[in-house]
Amino acid sequence: MAIEKLNRDAVENVASLAKLELSDAEADMMTDQLDKIFDLVKMLGEVDTEGVEPTYTPVQTQTVLRDDVAVNAHESDALLANAPESEANLIKVPTILDEGA
Amino acid sequence: MAVPNFETTIGLEVHVELKTNSKAMSPSPVGYGAKPNENTNVIDWGYPGVLPQANHGAVEYGMMAATALHAQITRDLHWDRKNYFYPDNPKAYQITQQERPIATNGWLDVEVDGQTKRIGITEMHVEEDAGKNTHGNSGYSYVDLNRQGTPLIEIVSEPDMSTPEEAYAYLEALRQAIQFTGISDVKMQEGSMRVDANISIRPVGSKEYGTKVELKNLNSFNYVRKGLAFEEERQAKIYLAGGQIKQQTRRFDEATGETVLMREKETADDYRYFPEPDLTPLHISDEWVQAVADKLPESAPERRQHYVDDLGLEPYDAKVLTQTLEMSDFFDATVKEGANPKRAANYLMGDVNAYLNEKQVDLQDTELTPAHLAAMIKLIDDGTISTKMAKKVFTAITKGEDPVAFVEANGLKQMSDPAELQPIIDDILDKNEQSIIDFHNGKDRAVGFLVGQIMKATKGSANPNVVNELLMSSLQARKPE
Repeated sequence: MAIEKLNRDAVENVASLAKLELSDAEADMMTDQLDKIFDLVKMLGEVDTEGVEPTYTPVQTQTVLRDDVAVNAHESDALLANAPESEANLIKVPTILDEGA
Repeated sequence: MAVPNFETTIGLEVHVELKTNSKAMSPSPVGYGAKPNENTNVIDWGYPGVLPQANHGAVEYGMMAATALHAQITRDLHWDRKNYFYPDNPKAYQITQQERPIATNGWLDVEVDGQTKRIGITEMHVEEDAGKNTHGNSGYSYVDLNRQGTPLIEIVSEPDMSTPEEAYAYLEALRQAIQFTGISDVKMQEGSMRVDANISIRPVGSKEYGTKVELKNLNSFNYVRKGLAFEEERQAKIYLAGGQIKQQTRRFDEATGETVLMREKETADDYRYFPEPDLTPLHISDEWVQAVADKLPESAPERRQHYVDDLGLEPYDAKVLTQTLEMSDFFDATVKEGANPKRAANYLMGDVNAYLNEKQVDLQDTELTPAHLAAMIKLIDDGTISTKMAKKVFTAITKGEDPVAFVEANGLKQMSDPAELQPIIDDILDKNEQSIIDFHNGKDRAVGFLVGQIMKATKGSANPNVVNELLMSSLQARKPE
């Protein structure tokens, strides 16, 4: 899974996935900076991790589950007031194509 | 119905909405019918600084589904974040499980044309549903976040199905298995069960799978079957014409029964999964797994076994009664109220089913109760009413009336007392000398005629069994010289 060198296409792809618009200068800068970060990560790849459980989080406390009790916050008026636009209790957004995502 | 010279490979992804009280990651209520956005809070809207807290009930329901589907529960879980931008989910990610699904390696047995086939279940994830969009025509869409965060379980099958019929049978078996756990309504028409299908075909003998096509907008099991059948034909035609199948997502069109291109996929969707930083890991203890196994309701196959072995029902009847949880529960409750199981089964499969079909309602939405059905059956069994009279009583109990009170009020009592019936029989025999002679000359038809006369004289209220018994002994006693 070693990534040899981060190229600008990859940076632009990630930017577009994150809905970020980068100028040419910014994209160059990001490519350069991210490449350095990749170099750091590549160093970790040199460690032999055969048979070691992946660490998904550095926090080792167990999550505390919430009892399944419904609490209605009754704050939809306030929430809708913060939406750019609303109508009949619905959030009004520019038309979207339903891609069934 | 497979296409000649090709074999079909089908895998299904099913989403089932869990009937918890609260959402997967927030305490907002889960449920239908509320005013738009009423069941939402700052967590559902993805406000900055809010933190999710996982619902014990959602995890437990996931474990119940896993157990019902014979899957291995993952004991050390964490959640992952799946990133995407869509207005139905304002926080722009879904909390799901990618690296550590809640369960893996399950299976379901399905029956097609008398053959049993085991379909593997690769993995199951407990995750969050998204909100609902409606599309206006004035340049706006409208978003209701009530559904946002409702817990879902995603059930991914192995590509083990090779015909649309097997896919249909798998969905039926899956719906039944989940329904009997009580964790979901599993209703396609209400969206509490949703199906996406992957299908590819390859020439018989080929080792490589063909390019797979994903089907969406499959809003009933029947549409799944139709869409898959259309798709295997479409793909075969392309192959036979020397073409290549493209990796596509296609939508089933209900009006035409065809699949229509939605989008082509050149690369896998990039959701940039990473471990959810707002939730720490969860260990599922042995005790919890055991407790879930202990409280899991009997599955449909277990109930069928019990009906056949302990209650003496025919296997076919047991199968019909366990098609839905409502029917099976109703049957159990009716038997518990003291009804004869065989008669209770016959009524449920016959009159009750006919009534539900006629009225197009679900059993739980009627006024029928197990207590009333059991009381009616007891009236039949103790001879108070005939099965014919029971028709009227049945109509009454569908309206919520008490059968005992109804029988009293309408004088529907069956005549079963020999002291009452004997004089009537004697009278009929006195008037029908010829029938007595016919009977003794071996003409059995005479008995039918006499029973008919007795029924007429009693306006149909005579108990046929008692009448038969009394009539036969009276006929024997009147043997002509």
